[in-house]
Amino acid sequence: MDTFSYVNATSLKQVTSLLSDSEWGEVMLIAGGTDLLSELKEYIETPKTLINLKTLPGMDSISSDTSGLKIGALTTVAEIAMHPTIQQHYTVLAQAAASVATPQIRNVGTLGGNLCQRPRCWYYRDETVNCLKKGGDICYAVDGLSKYHAILGGDPVYIVHPSDIAPALIALNATLKITGPDGDKTMKVEEFFTLPSANPFRENVLEPNEIVVEVEVPKPKPNTKSLYLKAREKGAPDFALASVAGVFEMNGKTCQSANVVLGGVAPAPWRSAEAETVLTGKTINDSISMKAGEEAVKDAQPLADNEYKVTLTQNLISRAAMMAVN
Amino acid sequence: MSEKEKKQSTNISRRSFLKGVGTGTVAATVVPAILVGDAEKAEAQTDDTISTAQIQLAINEQKYTIEVEARTTLLSVLRDGIDTNGNSVDLTGAKLICDRGECGGCTVLVDGKPIYACMMLAMDAQGKQITTVEGIADGNTLHPVQEAFIKHDALMCGFCTPGFVVSSVALLNENKKPTLEEIKNGLSGNTCRCGTYPFIFDAVETAAQKMK
Repeated sequence: MDTFSYVNATSLKQVTSLLSDSEWGEVMLIAGGTDLLSELKEYIETPKTLINLKTLPGMDSISSDTSGLKIGALTTVAEIAMHPTIQQHYTVLAQAAASVATPQIRNVGTLGGNLCQRPRCWYYRDETVNCLKKGGDICYAVDGLSKYHAILGGDPVYIVHPSDIAPALIALNATLKITGPDGDKTMKVEEFFTLPSANPFRENVLEPNEIVVEVEVPKPKPNTKSLYLKAREKGAPDFALASVAGVFEMNGKTCQSANVVLGGVAPAPWRSAEAETVLTGKTINDSISMKAGEEAVKDAQPLADNEYKVTLTQNLISRAAMMAVN
Repeated sequence: MSEKEKKQSTNISRRSFLKGVGTGTVAATVVPAILVGDAEKAEAQTDDTISTAQIQLAINEQKYTIEVEARTTLLSVLRDGIDTNGNSVDLTGAKLICDRGECGGCTVLVDGKPIYACMMLAMDAQGKQITTVEGIADGNTLHPVQEAFIKHDALMCGFCTPGFVVSSVALLNENKKPTLEEIKNGLSGNTCRCGTYPFIFDAVETAAQKMK
């Protein structure tokens, strides 16, 4: 790691003004650091200053009432995974959080960091490779090794978004609170993420001087079944090969509405409108759930090494739909 | 003479030998760093400023005052840190293996929770209770987890063992009677390349019975 100076944040105002006064990448934010430190160790980022957000007061708690949840951006992934209310009423979120990495990472990694983490593509993470994402000309996954890359929405950068929590939050219609120099704004979590066709260098629309401070999740209706399915290599703690966050409003075996959001298959969490359309208003059975999976991947464009993800994603969606009625 | 003093005075361990050999390289790679606590100073930094922070760490119920750079990890302090009195921290139970938060060899407890010491900045460990594998036993009495690891021969080369012991203790502190699935999950952040997992899981089950 290169050297850097370390500033303990005292207020959001101080943080946004430090960010505003610096060049992009010179001043970076650190919370848990489990993603950032690995980037610094590989010299992918070389900031001059890190602002330690953990010293900001009141941003690490979970509160819930009848309308929904509020989770501070500094809340650890472990706290989300183990929170009884989240486990009971926001199951998809608890399951997604529990599937993140390992106990040691979950104890330190934060909600805000999980949403803002950078891709794990082996070309992006290689100091010696100047890929398209880092300002070069080529996404090396296209003609290179592409086992863990995108099958949907890839062009021109075929990274996959590594977050498990993001698909769960989008499926739950969650909203982000973001603070900038001009105050707060809110945005759907779904609108936070962006595709490389819009901006190859970034995964989200956070401005250089903004900071994610809170996530708000509306309470699902009582007849909701929600779940997170994640396929990992050898079942070991890892990023998703493919994952599905499903939130289904059920009336008996009939699906009144479906939110199906995929992880690990696209450069941003990927809402499958196709699967949602197939499932909505239908009685869920084998053939409908199979059809939902098929429709979801019909436009998939796998690279040389990741065609397996098409079948995997299709089957995960079918299984998620069947689990909504079983 | 205490055990530790005895060790220091009588043995040149493999580790201290290696440390001596490596000193030249280490000194050559130390570059100026600035470390500041507030915004004004951050703006005033210059590239040739040499600055370090003096921090206090509570490790295994002992207080250490240590000068660190901002980039110094907790693991670096545990293994190679020297306090302001010139004494080595010398807690080498936590191992530097992957240095990327993947293998679990450096697992320590921070406020009772297992974390990767290679992925935590030393600065961030201030004000917290740090327990390394050296602090798990009660004096010369081994922790039930340590005894069970010996009983079940739950290691081969042993390099990952300190991390597994710490993760196992953390798991059993939270969950007195874990199922096999819960044990696997609790230890999922540690890797044993010798593949001794079944013995480790047995050891944790035995330790759980002993601790209840």
